[in-house]
Amino acid sequence: MSTVDLSVNIGSLKLRNPILLASGTVGYGNEISEFTDLNKIGGIITKSLSLKPRKGNPPQRIVETPAGMLNAIGLTNVGVEVFLKEKIPFLKQYDVPIICNIAASTIEEYVECTKILTSEETIKAFEINVSCPNVTEGGLEFGNNIKALSIITEKVRAETDKPIIIKLSPNVSYIATFAKAAKENGADAVTAINTLVGTSFDIFTRRPKIHNITGGLSGPAIKPIALAKVLDISRNVDIQIIGSGGVMDWKDVVEFMIAGATAVQIGTLNFIDPEAAGKIIDQLETFCVSNKIKKISELTASYKL
Amino acid sequence: MLIVKADVEQSIELDHNIYLLKIHCPQIAAIIKPGEFLNVRVTESVYPLLRRPFSVCDVENDYFYLMFNILGQGTSILAHKVKGSTIDVLGPLGKGFNLIDNYETAVIVAGGLGAAPFPYLTRMLNNKKEILTFIGGRTHRDIIKYKMQNLKIATDDGSEGLKGNVVDLLGENLEILKSKKIKIFACGPTLMLRALRKFCIEHDLNCEASTECAMACGFGICQGCPIESVRTSDSYLLVCKDGPVFNIKDVVI
Repeated sequence: MSTVDLSVNIGSLKLRNPILLASGTVGYGNEISEFTDLNKIGGIITKSLSLKPRKGNPPQRIVETPAGMLNAIGLTNVGVEVFLKEKIPFLKQYDVPIICNIAASTIEEYVECTKILTSEETIKAFEINVSCPNVTEGGLEFGNNIKALSIITEKVRAETDKPIIIKLSPNVSYIATFAKAAKENGADAVTAINTLVGTSFDIFTRRPKIHNITGGLSGPAIKPIALAKVLDISRNVDIQIIGSGGVMDWKDVVEFMIAGATAVQIGTLNFIDPEAAGKIIDQLETFCVSNKIKKISELTASYKL
Repeated sequence: MLIVKADVEQSIELDHNIYLLKIHCPQIAAIIKPGEFLNVRVTESVYPLLRRPFSVCDVENDYFYLMFNILGQGTSILAHKVKGSTIDVLGPLGKGFNLIDNYETAVIVAGGLGAAPFPYLTRMLNNKKEILTFIGGRTHRDIIKYKMQNLKIATDDGSEGLKGNVVDLLGENLEILKSKKIKIFACGPTLMLRALRKFCIEHDLNCEASTECAMACGFGICQGCPIESVRTSDSYLLVCKDGPVFNIKDVVI
């Protein structure tokens, strides 16, 4: 008897609710499906895909930090070909929008991946990862370079009619200028934020705890930063925002929406409580009912400054 | 895989900084096997944030046991749990030891807290197989004898048993090992497993080892715990899903 409309739109893509499972935190959906009903969530964003499979970084890839974790997985993935052949059939069983995250080392590779994937009708949108901090080539440099980000957005746009979301790096001075470049080159939305570069040392060996030396910081420790970035984009650029960074419960989702987000990703929380997404969706509905919010999208950018 | 809020029955300090946590949890106790592990959330707060993986130490009726030492905030919270409190348990996870194999004598090889999975394995093999146990540690304080049978001990400082490591101890007993149809079940620090792997290859011994790696989720989605396979250099195996127990010759330790 729900009277609340939880649906939101990202470009032309309608989501049944604003909850997305973040790239790199749910693989290709099969493991998490044991805990969360994929038919219930707004959308699933795949582990970053590259043209060829990537082995990723040697251990240690993960280290826990206060209220957060550093990861340097190194974009381990099966590559687009195996993804289409072996992973899509599983995801097809569900009525859930698939958003493909693409990570590449060259501009040409971004274009090629999009070209191959866009013909698969199950794939509803693309999230372009220009901001992975853990690979030596590409990744962060693209996310840190407005010109590169603009070219990638423009070229990917030319390959697909499906919504394009640019995943932005927080490791820049003015994130809004990157969001603006994404907008001007045809992106439908931006994700804010990817992880922050961090490190951690073993005080006895004096070595970094993570093999890659630095990793990407995620978890509740980064939430205030992510919120500020979302707000910054919301106030300065006319583009849809997908909030991401440290969501631990439904209240965090509401906070991201108030700050300007249309949809919100759940990331690190999936590692700790793989049942969380479903619970959060129910709790968002309860929140809306008790606060007489008819459409959850009313929350987006409803801040009072 | 289940996520269960389980009741703490008792926290026992077995020895200096070695704790045994007794948990009432019929759902997990009924299905978990030796060598499989549980990923435990010790608090609902965000510090510490991640779950902690523990191999199951023992199972008795509706209870399972975890063995650990206090290393940081997470294990400190666990050690101080009292009856009536709960822990959030995710599991059983991973691939455990294969007990149904072609052997007559089970040879347990443990280094320090690597003893953790073996009370349960010993219980499962008791009266079915001969069990020989080889334990190593830096000093006698690191030797965990809890529920072990037919013990032989090595310590780096010579404070108990052979002065040397547990692989040296195996070497001393090679003739006995060679005279029997054995399977080695091992768990311990990486350096120990590396030496053991070399020893097993050299003497053509059948050995399964429980490996360890920092991880977040415990069931394959974080991709945080890679281990190199001898079969391919194109991709890693995952300690959480493909292991933590591997044939010691199949992985690069």
